[in-house]
Amino acid sequence: MSRPPLDIGAYEANDGYQSLHKIAAGMSAADVLETIKSSGLKGRGGAGFPTGLKWSFVPQGESSPQQKYLVVNADEMEPGTFKDRLLMEGDPHLLLEGMIISAYTIGASIAYIFLRGEYHGSVKTLKKAIAEAYEKGYLGSDILGTGYGLDIILHTSAGRYICGEETALLNALEGKRANPRAKPPFPQVSGLWGKPTIVNNVETLCNLPGIITYGIDWYQGLGQGADAGTKMFGVSGRVKNPGVWEMPLGVTIRELLEDKAGGMQDGLGLKAFLPGGGSTDFMLPEHLDLALDYDEISQKGGSRLATGTMIVLDDQTCPVGMIGNLMKFFAHESCGFCTPCRDGLPWVDTIFRDFEAGRGSEKDLSILKEQVDYMGPGRTFCALAPGATAPLGSGLKYFEDDFKEHIQQKRCTYRN
Amino acid sequence: MAKIVVDGNEFEVNPKNNLLQECLSLGLDLPYFCWHPCMGSVGACRQCAVKQYRDENDEKGTIVMACMTPASDGARISIADEQAHDMRERVIESLMISHPHDCPVCEEGGECHLQDMTLMSGHNYRRYDKKKVTHHNQYLGPFINHEMNRCITCYRCVRFYDDYAGGNDLSAQASHHHTYFGRHEEGTLENEFSGNLVEVCPTGVFTDKVFSQAYTRKWDLQTAPSVCTGCSTGCNITPGERYGSLRRIVNRYNSEVNGYFICDRGRFGWEYVNGEERIKTPVQVVGDESKGMSDEEIDELFNDLAKGVVIGIGSPRSSNESNYALRKLVGEANFYPGIANNEHAINQLILELHKDKAFHTPSVREIERADAVIIIGEDITNTAPRIALAVRQSVRNKASELAELNNIPVWQDAAVRELAQQERGPLFILSNAASRLDDVAQQTLIGTCAEQAQFAFAVAEALEGGTPAGLTEQQEKVLLEVVEALRHAKRPLVVSGSSNGSIEMVQAASNIARALSGDQPSHMALVFPEVNTMGLELLVGPEQKLSTALERCSSGEVSGVIVLENDLYRRAPTAAVDNALLQADTVVVLDQMHSATTSKATHVFPVTAFSEQESTYVNYESRAQLSFQVHQTVTDAKPGWKWLTNGDSDINSIIKDCSDEAEGFGSLDGLVPRLSQFVVGLKIPRQSHRYSGRTAMIANRNVHEPKQPEDNESVMAFSMEGMPAMKDASILGSTWAPSWNSNQSISKFQEEVNGELKQGHTGTLLLTEKTETGIPFQPIQVEGGGDSGQLTLSLAFQIFGSEELSARSPSIQKRMTDAYVALAPVDAARLEISHGDAVAINGGPVAVACIREKISEGSCVVHCGAQINPHDLAGAVSLTKTSESLPGKGLSGLIVSDLCEESY
Repeated sequence: MSRPPLDIGAYEANDGYQSLHKIAAGMSAADVLETIKSSGLKGRGGAGFPTGLKWSFVPQGESSPQQKYLVVNADEMEPGTFKDRLLMEGDPHLLLEGMIISAYTIGASIAYIFLRGEYHGSVKTLKKAIAEAYEKGYLGSDILGTGYGLDIILHTSAGRYICGEETALLNALEGKRANPRAKPPFPQVSGLWGKPTIVNNVETLCNLPGIITYGIDWYQGLGQGADAGTKMFGVSGRVKNPGVWEMPLGVTIRELLEDKAGGMQDGLGLKAFLPGGGSTDFMLPEHLDLALDYDEISQKGGSRLATGTMIVLDDQTCPVGMIGNLMKFFAHESCGFCTPCRDGLPWVDTIFRDFEAGRGSEKDLSILKEQVDYMGPGRTFCALAPGATAPLGSGLKYFEDDFKEHIQQKRCTYRN
Repeated sequence: MAKIVVDGNEFEVNPKNNLLQECLSLGLDLPYFCWHPCMGSVGACRQCAVKQYRDENDEKGTIVMACMTPASDGARISIADEQAHDMRERVIESLMISHPHDCPVCEEGGECHLQDMTLMSGHNYRRYDKKKVTHHNQYLGPFINHEMNRCITCYRCVRFYDDYAGGNDLSAQASHHHTYFGRHEEGTLENEFSGNLVEVCPTGVFTDKVFSQAYTRKWDLQTAPSVCTGCSTGCNITPGERYGSLRRIVNRYNSEVNGYFICDRGRFGWEYVNGEERIKTPVQVVGDESKGMSDEEIDELFNDLAKGVVIGIGSPRSSNESNYALRKLVGEANFYPGIANNEHAINQLILELHKDKAFHTPSVREIERADAVIIIGEDITNTAPRIALAVRQSVRNKASELAELNNIPVWQDAAVRELAQQERGPLFILSNAASRLDDVAQQTLIGTCAEQAQFAFAVAEALEGGTPAGLTEQQEKVLLEVVEALRHAKRPLVVSGSSNGSIEMVQAASNIARALSGDQPSHMALVFPEVNTMGLELLVGPEQKLSTALERCSSGEVSGVIVLENDLYRRAPTAAVDNALLQADTVVVLDQMHSATTSKATHVFPVTAFSEQESTYVNYESRAQLSFQVHQTVTDAKPGWKWLTNGDSDINSIIKDCSDEAEGFGSLDGLVPRLSQFVVGLKIPRQSHRYSGRTAMIANRNVHEPKQPEDNESVMAFSMEGMPAMKDASILGSTWAPSWNSNQSISKFQEEVNGELKQGHTGTLLLTEKTETGIPFQPIQVEGGGDSGQLTLSLAFQIFGSEELSARSPSIQKRMTDAYVALAPVDAARLEISHGDAVAINGGPVAVACIREKISEGSCVVHCGAQINPHDLAGAVSLTKTSESLPGKGLSGLIVSDLCEESY
C-alpha cells in the first residue's frame, strides 16, 4: 500500500458517499437497477456476468419474500489474486458505499461481508469503516432520510478456497459444510437461509459508486475496448515491480506487464503466464499484444480474463513445478463432494510430486492427460476442478518437452 | 408421459422423474451410488454419466449425469456411448483409489453395490500406484461396525441418517479426499434407524455388528419373506438363517408399509430366537420338580382339560392362527385377550372406529404424504418407530410444494432442502414428555394424558366451529395454530394409539378426525403396542376382559387355564395374576421363553419363534400379512396352534378355518399362495442358487449327507431347487438379479422405481366394510389435582426395552436402561430427588430418577421395562428416595432431548 486507508472524512472529501445522496434525492431502486444495467458493468469476481442482469433476477413486489440479503464475496483465495485486498485495505468505504447501493436496489436489509479469514488487515479497516458509516448515518435504519435501512455484518471465513464459489459460501455462512449447492434454485431466488440473495465480488461493488455519482457515459468512457469501466489488474511472479493497478479494460497485456510491472527481472525471459489467477489457461509471449478484456482473452488467447491478476512464469522456473504447486493447492481445496475433483486432483498432485522427485513416468503423463478430460466442465459438480484443469491442460500442451525431460533425466532439469 | 430415446430405442417415461430413475424403471443397467430411490439425487458421485444429444442431428452430445437430468420429453441419451462408458469407468477407478482389496474378508462382499457397479462399469485394473488414504475407525455402539477405509464418499450415510432420519450425531467431516463420515467422538449412534446405514451404504463402511458375530455370506443364508413382530406397523423383513441359527434381519421392500427402511428394534431385536432362555421341550411341573412329557401324556393332558371348562388367554404377540386355535379349543365364551383391561377397551374402540365411514387408516406410505399432522399422546418413535419416520417425512411435503412453485424437481434432494431450509409442514405433538419428533414439530404441548385429551377435544370443538373453554393462554395460542393448519390441509392426519391406556385420548383423536372428514374419510392412524394386537382383538368382544378371566380362574370354577405366549405379569396387577394362577388346577403356558408366568405353570410348551413358523399377523391398519417360515427350530418347539390342535391341522387348513369361521378374517385365506399358481407346481427355494456346503454342513459330526428337510405345508422348500424367487416377487425372500447382488437389485422387482413389487401383494386389509358415520364423543373435564403431593402417572415407552421379546436380545439390552421415573425439575427439587437416584414408587417398585425439562409439574412418567409391572402402579403415585440398589444399568444410553443431568 502506498498510503494508509482513507477515513470517512477523507473519503467524503473525495466525492465519497455522493452516490447515496444522489439516490436519496430521488432515485428509486428501479432507477438504480436500470442505471447499472445500462452501464455494462460485468462481475469482477471471475465469471464476468452482467451485474444488473444478475440483480434483476431477484423477485420483487408484494408476493416475494420480504427478507433479502446481499453477500459480498470477499473470500479472495484465487492463487495469485490480491486485488480485493487492496481495495478493502486502501478504500474500505468504497466497498461499503457500493454495498449500500446494491442492497438498496435489491431491497436487502442485511448485508454480509464474507471475508477471507487471513485478511487481518482488511478486518481492521472494514471494522473501522463500518463503525464510521453507522456513526454518519450511512448504515442503520432510515439512511439519509430515505426510510431505507441496512445493517452490515462482517464475517471472517474459516478459510476454504471453495467458499469463493457463491453457493458454497452461502452454506458456510449458514454454518454448514462448504459444499456447492445444486442450481437451480439460484441464490437470486433462494440463497442465504432460502431467501433471495445477491452475491457480488468486492471489486464489482466498488464500481458502483462511480457509476451512480458520475453517470453511465463517464463510466463507459473509461474502458478502452469492448468492455466498460476499469479493472484491477495485477502481476505476480519474477517481474521487476509486482503489484496491482487500476487500468481501463482493454489495455494490452504488454502495457500491464512492461509499463506497470516493469518487465521481467534482469536475466530472465518470459516463458508463459496465467492471465487471471490460478484457474486460467496458460498464455504465451505471442499473446502479449492482446487486449485485456473479457472476449479477447477467451477468443484469441484461449484463456479467461477471470480475476485479471496475472501470474508470470519465467524461463528459469520449472513449469512442471509451478503446475504441481497449483495442483497441490487445488487438491487440498477440493470440498470432497464430487468424485472427479475429490479423487482426481489428489492423484494428479501425487503424480506431480513424483515428477518433482524424478519418479515421473510415461504412464503417469498419460494419466495426467486423461484427468484433464475427466475433471473437465460438465463432469464435475462445480467449477473448481475444471478450473484446475485449465493450467494443467494448457501446461501439458505447451510444456510437454519439460515433462518428457523430467522423465528422461529422472530429475527436475531446472534444478542443478 | 414423455418419450425419450435411449441408445436408439424409444421409451415412454414419467417426465417428473430423472433419467437415472427412469432408466432403472425400464430395467436398464446404469451404475450409480449417491442416488437412492427414496432420497433422490444430489449429483455427488458422478457415476451415472450418460451422453445426451440435443436432437437427432447432434452427433457429438455432451456428458451429463442421468440422476441430475430430467427425463423430459424428447430427451435423447446414450448409455453405451464410448465417452460415457469411459467416464463411468474413470469414476469407479478414482473411487477405488484407496479402497482396500479386502473383499474376501469384508462383510459386504457378495452383496456389495460397489462390487456390482465396478464390474458393470468395466474397471478392473488399478493403475493408481501411490500411497492410499487411510482412516481411523470408531466404536459406534452395539449395532454398527465402522470401517472407513472402504468409504467411497457417496454421502448416502449422512443423507439418510441426518437428512432423512433426523439424526444429529453422524456427519461428514474434513474435506477433499480425507472426507470422513463418523461421529464427533466415539460412541453409540443414537438414532433409532441407525441400522439402515448397513443397507444404505453401498459398500462395507457400516456393517451389521450383530451379524458379524456369526457372519455368513448373503448367498449362504436361508431366507424367506417375513414380517417384523416388533410393533404393530408390520414392516416386511428378510431374516437369514445358517446352521440352525438366525443370523440377521434386513429390510424387505413393501411399497405400502416400510419401503426401504426398518427401525433398529426390528433389525437387531431377534437374538432371543437363538437364546439359551428358549423353552426347548414340553415339561410338566410337579411340586418343585419338572419333567419332560411324552406324546401320550400331552394327549392325556388336553383330553383331561377338554372334560371341564378351560379358560384360554390369547396374546397380541401371537399369530392369528394360534389365537384362533386357542379360541376354538376353549370356546368363544372362555377365550379372553391377554391384554390389560384399559388397553383392551381402547383397542375395541379402535376396531369400532375402523368400521366408521368417517375414517380411513392410512398406510405408512400414505402417512408420508400427509400435509398436516397431529399426534395425540402416542410416543410413536418408541411404540411404532417406522411410522415416526414416515411422519418425519410428511413435514417435508411443504418443501416439495415450494420446489414445485420454483420449478425445481422434487428429486433434486439437496436443492429442495436448501430451498425449503426450516420451512416444514405443520406437525403438532401432544405428549407427556419431550418426544423424538419435537425437532420437526411446529408445537409440542406437554401435559398429562387427561390434559392432552382435553386439549384434543378442544381442537375438535374448535374445528366444528365452537369456542372451547377452560384453556390456558398458551393452549389457546397453540389451538389456533392447530385449527388453522388442519383446516387448510389437503391431507390432514391424526395419530394416536392405545399404549398409554387413555381411552379419552383416542376418543378425542377421533373427534378431531371426524371434524375433518367431509365427503372423503379423514386419515387417522391409531397404533397398538404389539404386532398382532389387532388380530387378537378381532377374535374377542369388548366384554371379554382379562380381569374376568383371572376372576374366573380364582373362583375355582374352571378346571384349567391355557396361557398363549403371554406374561400375564405385564398385563394385570401382580396380586390378581398370582391368585388366578394359584387357584387354577392346571396352568398350561405356551411360550418361546421362560417368564414370570411360566414359572407359575403346571405345564409349559415351547412354541416356535416368528422365523420358525409360517403365520399371519394383522397390523394397525388391519393389514393382514403372511410371514413365511425361514428355518426349522432346533428344539421341540411347535407353533402354538399345532399344540392346540393336537397336530390335527396344517398351516393351510388352520388359516382356511380361521378365514371361514372367524368374523372379520374372511380374506385371510387369500394371503396364502398355492402351489398351483407356480410353474408346474414347483416349490420356491429358501436357499439361493449359490448356497454352498449343503452336502457337507454337518460333516464334522456325520459324514453322511443329510436329507434335505421337507416342508409339506408351505409353498417354500428347504432347498436350493425349485422355481427361483426372482421369477415371482410375491415370495421374494432375498433379492438378487444378474449383475445386481446387493439390495439395490430391488429395482429389478419393482413395477417401477418406488412402485409395487411385480406380482407382489402388499397384504390384505381385513376391515374394509364401513358402517354409517358415528357421532363425536363427549369431551372430558380435567379435575384439578389435589395437594396430596402425589404425582399423576403416565407411562414412557422405549424402542429398546418396551417390547417383550426384543428386550431379551443381548445387543438390544446394551441399549436399554433400567426402569426409570421421569419428573420435572421443580418436583425433583421439592422431593429432594437427584438425577440418577434410586426412587421407590409408592414405597414399592424401585426405579431410577430421571429429571427432564419437558415434563409437567405434578406429573411423572414411568418406564417399566421388564422390571416393574405397570398395573401395580396407581394413577397417582408418591416417590421417595431409597437406598435400595438398582440392577446397575441406570440411565446410561437413554436418548431423550431434555435431560437435566448437568444441573441436577
